Amino acid sequence: MKIALFGNPNTGKSSVFNLLTGLRQHIGNFAGITVEKKSGSFQINNQQHELIDFPGVYSIYPRSKDEEVVYKVVSNRKHPDFPDLAMIVVDASNLERNLLLFTQIYDLKIPIVLVLNMWDLAQKRGINIDIEKLQSHFPSVSIVTTNARIGFGKDRLIEAVKNHQLNIASNLILEDFKLCDLGNKKQQEDETQFRYQFLKKIIADVEIVEKSKTDTLSRKIDKVLIHPIFGYLIFAFVLFVIFQFIFSFASIPMDFIDAQTTNLSSFVANQLPIGLLNDLICQGIIPGIGGVIIFVPQIALLFLFISILEESGYLSRVVFIMDRLMRPFGLNGKSVVPLISSVACAIPGVMASRTIADWKERLITILVAPLMSCSARIPVYTLLISLVIPEKQILGIFNLQGIVLFGLYFLGLISALFIAIILNLLIKKKEKGFLLLELPSYKMPRWPNVGINVLEKVKIFVIDAGKIILSISIILWALATFGPSGKMDNAEKYVKANPTFSELTTEEQNQKVASARLESSYIGIFGKAIEPAIRPLGYDWKIGISLITSFAAREVFVGSLATIYAVQDDGDENVRLIDRLKNEKNSKNEPIFTLASSVSLMVFYVFAMQCMATLAVVRRETNSWKWPLIQVAFMGFMAYFGALFAFTILS
Amino acid sequence: MKSNSLAKQAFGVKVQIKNIEDSSFSNKLIELGFIIGQTVEVVFSAPFGDPIAVELNGSVLSLRLEEAATIEVENTDSL
Repeated sequence: MKIALFGNPNTGKSSVFNLLTGLRQHIGNFAGITVEKKSGSFQINNQQHELIDFPGVYSIYPRSKDEEVVYKVVSNRKHPDFPDLAMIVVDASNLERNLLLFTQIYDLKIPIVLVLNMWDLAQKRGINIDIEKLQSHFPSVSIVTTNARIGFGKDRLIEAVKNHQLNIASNLILEDFKLCDLGNKKQQEDETQFRYQFLKKIIADVEIVEKSKTDTLSRKIDKVLIHPIFGYLIFAFVLFVIFQFIFSFASIPMDFIDAQTTNLSSFVANQLPIGLLNDLICQGIIPGIGGVIIFVPQIALLFLFISILEESGYLSRVVFIMDRLMRPFGLNGKSVVPLISSVACAIPGVMASRTIADWKERLITILVAPLMSCSARIPVYTLLISLVIPEKQILGIFNLQGIVLFGLYFLGLISALFIAIILNLLIKKKEKGFLLLELPSYKMPRWPNVGINVLEKVKIFVIDAGKIILSISIILWALATFGPSGKMDNAEKYVKANPTFSELTTEEQNQKVASARLESSYIGIFGKAIEPAIRPLGYDWKIGISLITSFAAREVFVGSLATIYAVQDDGDENVRLIDRLKNEKNSKNEPIFTLASSVSLMVFYVFAMQCMATLAVVRRETNSWKWPLIQVAFMGFMAYFGALFAFTILS
Repeated sequence: MKSNSLAKQAFGVKVQIKNIEDSSFSNKLIELGFIIGQTVEVVFSAPFGDPIAVELNGSVLSLRLEEAATIEVENTDSL
């Protein structure tokens, strides 16, 4: 049987989902719609049931992109995800608003299990609901009470599914109910008003409220967390802790993954016979996969924190206090999470923008998110900084290299806000933006929900970004391995025949060969072709090659430089590569990696849109190639002229 | 802005919704329970006074001032 899980936001719907399905969950797509479908399965008497988790909504009429799927599925009985049974989770302490959605689905004649969740909370607040009376109003519905957060009520849920009555509602609220068109707002308003009037009568009959309903503890916590000074200080501190974890502690598993990828590559390289397949696997596929996995620790950590903040109820307060500050930039309080996420990776950042109801605010968030410096830029920044910025203290406490690194992040943030202002002026909008957000009571996070959420985000990244990063890695490998016939083989002969190289060790000779082959490959030819365009920025064709390879993932820049300068990438702080780069001279015997050209490169990497995976996600989220192309254009413009400016000023 | 809109209420004063002005989001306000006759109270605001948080039917919802301005209210004492 196909069971759909519906409910308002903050009703503990995901707790119910996790309670029933445990870890038997998977993510797919709804048929014909690019919205993630989270589904899971559970068994009753050896019978398998599929449970589909829909986004939390107040009504079947959507107000943001992620909510559309509810309408699309319930309005079409032929939709492959149309449920046999709807499980509707409601917050028992706020019955009236929660039942609106229930009455809509009820009138669509879908069999229903109604879950009165947060039963304990309702009772604590002095709200008593007479289940028998409620049942008498809706005889065809199976009603159960649960406290899913503490894992209470699973047996009853299963019992209700087992015993649910397939006979659908006969006493409809709106006879012959037809769903309103999404465009017909007036009709929706009339329908909603009518339903509320109906519900008021029901609530008056079934609910007895003893005490004041106010949640005094949450109100007290809000006094501190929304305070004009402490509120922002606490948020700043929370951000500091998050970034401390992402940048310092995540490097331990990242170094481990890096080392294991290298080990695996060389292990496989020695096992397989030498040849093209060996090269493809060891230089294309394994590093490609490694380049995806390496970001998992940071993404997992970031979403661990975001999930905790979300589960506890704090995140909606962050939206609340940040909304006014973000608005002048054409952004929304809800843009804060996508922008913060983009510091780890723009892909989950862009996806997190789905919660923003206003299209224009959402679009601006998506367009500027990749300007936030993501973790793939760190290896590039680190290499260039240690190359030209001396390691010295300023004012006794500040490390100059650290300041420059901070400056690059700051440049990303400032330019994101600046571009947002410009886009806000340029993009026309038909309708006013709106926020409309619930500030739920504070709760202790429920750890299984947090864990499952993290797992889900990591999965999305590995699958979505992974397939693109991997395919680009393979394409780039091919471009770097093949070249116009004859030329590549000559490279090897040339190195072997050159008397100056004959005294080198075999390993060093091999590196020279690799370098010469890369130079005469297709990618080498591209690099040389773009040299005239990038010379004003202080780059030569060797850097050009590395810029091109960065389109797989920015951090590939470092590996490419290592190959082209025939330095073994020993992964140990790039010491050898840095020495090599310092001595690199151009044809006029001037050093290539000067302060000017290196800073110019850093600026280029801050701005340039060099991530195919992000572009693919932006295309999917905006439903056209228009916006990703605009993004490539303005970010490319900023990168080129920013780098040109930096180079000209400094040289 | 309506002379007596929800955007202009002091904290802790219970008022009753008289009318919801037509806007691109009025259907969404109604879905959240902002319906005529409903009692509502502004409980606190974000720093800078915008957005505001209102208590409606036992839950706290946040609104931008320009959203609250479309909700016309009247003081329950004056009824």
